[in-house]
Amino acid sequence: MFRLEPRASAPLGWQIATPILAVLATMFVGGLLFAAMGFDPVAAIRTIFWDPLFGPAAGYSRPQLLVKAGPLILIACGLALGFRAGIWNIGAEGQYIIGAICGAAVALAAYPAEAFWIFPAMILAGALGGWAWGMIPALLRNWFGASEILVSLMLVYVAQKIAAWMAFGPMKNPEGFNFPGSRNLQQYPAAANPELIANSGLHWGGIAAIVALAATWFIMSRHVLGFQVRTAGAAPRAARFAGVRPERLVALCLGVSGALAGLAGLFEVAGPAGQITESFGSGYGFTAIIVAFLGRLHPLGILLAGLLMALTYIGGELAQMMLNLPAATVQVFQGMLLFFLLGFDLLTRYRIRRRT
Amino acid sequence: MISVFILLLGAATPILFAALGELVAERAGVLNLGVEGMMVGGALAGFAAAHATGSPALGFAVAALAGAALSMLFAMMTQYLLSNQVATGLALTLFGLGLTAMFGKPYEGVKAPAMMAGPLGLNWMIWLGLAMVPVVWWFLVRTRPGLILRAVGENHDAAHGLGYPVRAMRIAALAFGGAMAGMGGAYISIATVLQWTEGMTAGAGWIALAIVVFAQWNPWGVLAGAWLFGGVTVLQLRLQAAGVAVPVQFLAMAPYLATILVLVLISARQKFGRSGGGAAPGSLGRPFHALR
Repeated sequence: MFRLEPRASAPLGWQIATPILAVLATMFVGGLLFAAMGFDPVAAIRTIFWDPLFGPAAGYSRPQLLVKAGPLILIACGLALGFRAGIWNIGAEGQYIIGAICGAAVALAAYPAEAFWIFPAMILAGALGGWAWGMIPALLRNWFGASEILVSLMLVYVAQKIAAWMAFGPMKNPEGFNFPGSRNLQQYPAAANPELIANSGLHWGGIAAIVALAATWFIMSRHVLGFQVRTAGAAPRAARFAGVRPERLVALCLGVSGALAGLAGLFEVAGPAGQITESFGSGYGFTAIIVAFLGRLHPLGILLAGLLMALTYIGGELAQMMLNLPAATVQVFQGMLLFFLLGFDLLTRYRIRRRT
Repeated sequence: MISVFILLLGAATPILFAALGELVAERAGVLNLGVEGMMVGGALAGFAAAHATGSPALGFAVAALAGAALSMLFAMMTQYLLSNQVATGLALTLFGLGLTAMFGKPYEGVKAPAMMAGPLGLNWMIWLGLAMVPVVWWFLVRTRPGLILRAVGENHDAAHGLGYPVRAMRIAALAFGGAMAGMGGAYISIATVLQWTEGMTAGAGWIALAIVVFAQWNPWGVLAGAWLFGGVTVLQLRLQAAGVAVPVQFLAMAPYLATILVLVLISARQKFGRSGGGAAPGSLGRPFHALR
């Protein structure tokens, strides 16, 4: 039959081809799934991947692309740094929620003051909140050797409970007729994160995502830190001999990815979401993991993957409205995509030879 | 007092099943982070089957099959396509949560059939869970296949060199882990909550993963960890019911915080203690690729 022969290095062609193959395979199997459920597969795939950009209602859905891609890219940039080093922060969702809560806390404390410093202070608080939440698994790993995978994930559930508590307790809108949820920051000009160019979907979170992409590129390919990260991921022992201090790297990667996730949360609560509610966490932190992998942990890839994932979100909503497709379709697609991607990855790492 | 203990056993059962299954997989050297996905898959499949047939026993059987089927997806990816186990496990969890959210809609608001009662006021699944602890221990420590399984987990290259079937052993261990996780998930939907809701396992799979570490890869330790978790859960539910002056959300955090705490304590003991206890299997999480 066949045998696998390890490659010395991953060819660039396959590195670019495998994510594309994975997307096509997902579309194909997704189409089969839709057909099995009694939907027209071609219409469903077109509604999800084509109509949001070029369909009849594209004028409304196109700006949503940047709204959804912004937080995904921002979070994925941080995650990519850690994944490269073999440090698995899978609790970005929690850091995202805590960042939003901290940022919103600044705004709600300042309410109804109008001052130029409020929004910058919120940004700082959001980043610090996410950083602190990411540092918990980092410190527990450094001090006690506790798995950062499990601790960061447990903290997602804790963060969700804190958000619920905030929505029902300390942050509840005093003028909200006793409904849970904080004041809407969109209606508080000093704290709002509005669309910067009308109908573009671009808010400060999008700007931050672009800056994060550029910074990731610089760090990964032009800075000694990127070298250390890559070495630590590929060969931990060699990295130690090269003078990399693993504890520092753990704290840095989890801290940075936490801060970026916190920023994403802050921009979301001050912008599209508007308020802290019980269900503020919307899964961006988990989808960003897929974005990071689909983008091959490379800034350019993350940009494209983030836009594609945003497209599936919007297309999924559209398909739900137009074709009555279940709301969870997008989740299934995203899970499937990650599977195919990891499977096809074989082609970049091994050569398939016929057994002789 | 006895009634509290019965509640504790019930709360511990899903974690006990899932953690025992994962323990066997990890002893064979595979780290499957998809426990949560397999549990939620079992929760839905089991609930659907129990609802359709009116038989909880059949529900658990279907749940075991569903969990095992999901684990085979992971097995194919990690054993044949040699994918990264952490990322693949994560994908399995996301996929399982999505798939069940998609197909679970018709079952929302439907009631589960009555659970089969067993001796001493405990249902049969609680008994089965308890019985699995010595069975898994006996299999791993006292049988030849168990010995081979552990050899494969400790050093897959050496095991392969001795002619043991590394891949087949791992696939079998993963199937067992999936079936156990499926049954654990079904216990939540059929016996605890009595209905299906989206994402109802609420992190139980991840807690099970932490319990395996806490147990230092020992089945009896898993039992202790599951009971500890069950105790915390029952305690916080009791405190909620008693209306203590702490926000409900803080009490609901308790199981997750307790999990972090035990994880830290056991990791610290391994790091600073006089060794003792079990360490992680030597080949845990490493892909196996036989060159000849």
